Amino acid sequence: MLLLILLLPLMFLPGPLLLRHAPRWAVGLASLPPLIAFILLLQMLPTVMQGQVLLYQLDWIPEIGLAVALRLDALSALFALLITGIGVTVMYYAHHYFAGKPEAARFYTLILAFMAAMLGIVLAENLIFMLIFWELTSLISFLLIGFYGNKQISRRGARLSLFITGGGGLALLGGIILIGQVVGSYQLTDILQARELIQADSRFPWILGLILLGAFTKSAQFPFHLWLPHAMSAPTPVSAYLHSATMVKAGIFLLIRLFPIFSGHEAWFYWVAGIGVVTLLVGSFVAIFMHDMKGLLAYSTISHLGLITLLIGFGTHGALTVALFHLVNHALFKAPLFMMAGVVDKAAGTRDLRQVNGMAKHFPMLMILSFIPTAAMAGLPYLNGYFSKKLFIVESLNGAHTGMIATLIPILAILGAAFSVGYALRLFHNTFFNGQPVDLPNWPPKQPSHWTYVPLFFFAAACIVLGLWPELMLHGLIAAAANAANVSADLLIPATRAPHVVSYDLSVIQDHPWLSLISAVTFLGGLAMYSARKTLFAWHAKLPNLNAKDHFEKLMQKLIGWAQDAVHMVENGSLQRYVLYLLVAALIFTGWPLLGLEVWQGDLELMPVDAMTAGGIVLLAAMALAVSVLHHQRITALLFTGATGLFITIGFARFSAPDLALTQFSVEVMAILIMMLALSFLPQTSPHESSRFRWTRDVIIASIAGLGVALLSFAVMTRPQHSISGYFLANSVPGGGGTNVVNVILVDFRGFDTLGEITVLAIAGLAVFALTRNLRLKDRPNHQQNDYWNGFAESHPLFLRVLARPILPMALLVSAYIFLRGHNLPGGGFIAGLITAAALSLQYVACGIRWAHVRMLTQFRPLIGAGLLIAGTTGVGSLVFGKPFLTSWFGHFELPLIGEFELATALLFDLGVYVTVVGATLLILANMGRLMTIHGPGKEIG
Amino acid sequence: MEVLVAILLGVLTASGVFLILRARTFSVVLGLTLLSHAVNLFLFSMGRLHTNAPAVIGEAAQHADPLPQALVLTAIVIGFAMTAFVVVLALRSVLELKNDHVDGVNKNEEPI
Repeated sequence: MLLLILLLPLMFLPGPLLLRHAPRWAVGLASLPPLIAFILLLQMLPTVMQGQVLLYQLDWIPEIGLAVALRLDALSALFALLITGIGVTVMYYAHHYFAGKPEAARFYTLILAFMAAMLGIVLAENLIFMLIFWELTSLISFLLIGFYGNKQISRRGARLSLFITGGGGLALLGGIILIGQVVGSYQLTDILQARELIQADSRFPWILGLILLGAFTKSAQFPFHLWLPHAMSAPTPVSAYLHSATMVKAGIFLLIRLFPIFSGHEAWFYWVAGIGVVTLLVGSFVAIFMHDMKGLLAYSTISHLGLITLLIGFGTHGALTVALFHLVNHALFKAPLFMMAGVVDKAAGTRDLRQVNGMAKHFPMLMILSFIPTAAMAGLPYLNGYFSKKLFIVESLNGAHTGMIATLIPILAILGAAFSVGYALRLFHNTFFNGQPVDLPNWPPKQPSHWTYVPLFFFAAACIVLGLWPELMLHGLIAAAANAANVSADLLIPATRAPHVVSYDLSVIQDHPWLSLISAVTFLGGLAMYSARKTLFAWHAKLPNLNAKDHFEKLMQKLIGWAQDAVHMVENGSLQRYVLYLLVAALIFTGWPLLGLEVWQGDLELMPVDAMTAGGIVLLAAMALAVSVLHHQRITALLFTGATGLFITIGFARFSAPDLALTQFSVEVMAILIMMLALSFLPQTSPHESSRFRWTRDVIIASIAGLGVALLSFAVMTRPQHSISGYFLANSVPGGGGTNVVNVILVDFRGFDTLGEITVLAIAGLAVFALTRNLRLKDRPNHQQNDYWNGFAESHPLFLRVLARPILPMALLVSAYIFLRGHNLPGGGFIAGLITAAALSLQYVACGIRWAHVRMLTQFRPLIGAGLLIAGTTGVGSLVFGKPFLTSWFGHFELPLIGEFELATALLFDLGVYVTVVGATLLILANMGRLMTIHGPGKEIG
Repeated sequence: MEVLVAILLGVLTASGVFLILRARTFSVVLGLTLLSHAVNLFLFSMGRLHTNAPAVIGEAAQHADPLPQALVLTAIVIGFAMTAFVVVLALRSVLELKNDHVDGVNKNEEPI
């Protein structure tokens, strides 16, 4: 049942959005959940008022103590009734306020969501569960304040409110976690009984401070009250609901809820009562200076909240009762006042009290209906505000403290009451009387629909009823709520026993006959203040203008500026900077462990140096250096790069890697060819453009990198090896059927890697194809400068042309031989494929693209696909025989003339590799070469 | 011998890194090539240096470590694929942006 109440608004949430074009239906649907919830709560009220506590529990994340736990006792019931009851009236009022405009639907949805969040706060039993809804209210309030998102004032007000209330929520999280750690549970039933435990803990000041921070930010207490006046840019229904009756009361609710664990502690009195009285005075004093009606009402709300906080700070049961009483009264007279402000705003077009005068003539009904809440606010007799004021003064006199504080608080309280009479007078008089209206945007003022007065009527009636018969509430719900709130160890009752309800004795008013004198003094004081208002306004106008919102915005902009600068320092779009960061990070992360190495040289004996190898290595190093020194002359650098590649080939051959040498050789040729082709389109020199600083920095980084790699490789090379290749060497012949272990590893043991490798090659080929597809030749740079050789040589020398033709079949023969012998001697699909590709590209180079195209197959992409297919099918084939993917098989066969030879399915796989390599390499080369043809790009090749 | 090879690796890496930090795409490509040579040699040297010991059963008494060789072979081929791709990418970017600066645009320079 409790869960249902909580979920009701959420269930009806999408309703208004779907019905946005039928405003009556939308508002009807939106009003339904609060109405139903209200009725359900009323049904559960009798049980709860007797002191029973209804609980509901559903475990959510037990590890962190979070549970969907709901609790309904008299206190929660009071607040829940307030939330749902006022919610219904606000919905009704909003319907006429928005008058069918399309944004009304969004409004209803947001209000329903907010209602659910507020209900979550008051019904929560688990504190973390409550926090979720606490933050939700902040968020939804943000959305509602910024409802008119196109106005800057709305956006800024919303941002300020989110910042303050969100920050408070963070503090609250800290406080709750601390409580949970001290008590061991987040459930209220456990926490409320752990008063001594919490107060004795060393972290108690932190707990108190953080919880107070959370409550004060939400309830707009000094100095966090600044967000509330700036939240008045929200639509009036929002102000009437959130910022007078519900959301700002959430902090107060928290204070009352956690009252049992904090009560009796000195710090509680000083902090809560202290902040409360300051807020009360600040709010009521500033209110009268506000020229905006809603601003005045906002400050008035702040001061009333301060009053309630002050009463809670006293710490006595009586004060708590009065606090709750005033809380309800405040909601009952503040909401209709906001509604009145909204009506006047819509009718006259402005809310400025200096302009709106004499409205009594145009809206007599409104005047009568708003007289009652205003009078209640001021504390006139026979209205509920009267009792609030009286009891408040009584309680301030009853305080347990003696000395200066005992006299100071009542005086400040009376002062606050006087101020509130003053601003109430201002509001009423300046709106409805005080001469003629001045410069109204809407003239004559528009008559609001008479239905708008209905909620005002209800509120006025409630004020009168409570004024005439305060015991109705006071001895009923309020007493039960105060009881539920003040659950101290001796008063804690399990649901079975009858409660010990402490009713507030109203006869206390009769006990202090000079109370009437105090009331008279406050009235006179307020009247005097109002009469002197012109002088006061003049004085106020002379004061420096401190606008909190502007300061906040300036701070925000500065923060944003710093953040952007910081981001820009790291990520500014320059590739060079990213490379620099990458390199430096890599150097740090690899260099750090390296520094911990004690001995560089390991145990292995160093290999003896022979002159040839040494000379080769030195030459290789010199050439590598030459590349970086001469990199401005691009052709020279390219030639040196090619030379280093070829020398590395020799290095591989020297150090017992024949397959590697062959592969490196053929790859180097292809790579240099490609780079040469690209270079013809680029400028032939790199400009000298690096500053001295940059050059030095790069040299240093490069040297560190080189040093690190050299040390690391030396350290590894001289340490003994624990290799796993023993398996491969042992199983190459029996398992793979070949004596060339490297090739067997490639196509058999680790065939899947090779499959991936040819896929990468295929993708690169296709990417080159795509990139060169639409390349426009007329944008070719520096065509003139390319012709170094102009006049020196023909483009297709005769010698080469003639030789190229017989070379082709011989090359293909060699390629086939290398392919077939690969399994047993250095060779294999890669090398064979590269040899074929080299031979074919020789035809392109020697005789020209068009000549080659006419005579050669050019379906390179199907070729790539076929290669991948062959390799893949060979792998899948083994699945047919029930073995895992890519298991190879081999057998020995006899052929008449040739003798015994061995066949393996790995050969088929190698064939796939061969075909892919040929296809991809030729695709790349042919398309790059095509760019050089003078007669335009022509058809794409492949 | 290990000392010389280590020095060689250091020089190759230093050259490659220096070129990668340059501002022109072609220099970066050259740097990448040198760096990939250095890395291939480094991986190969993980199998320790052996002479006259090819990894072919029956050809020699001792065998060099075949596994790093197989891995480096894969690396060489994939390196070739990446080189081709990067070269054509650089070319395309030059022709599109009219400028062969690595960041795509250099305000002080005339377009090609």
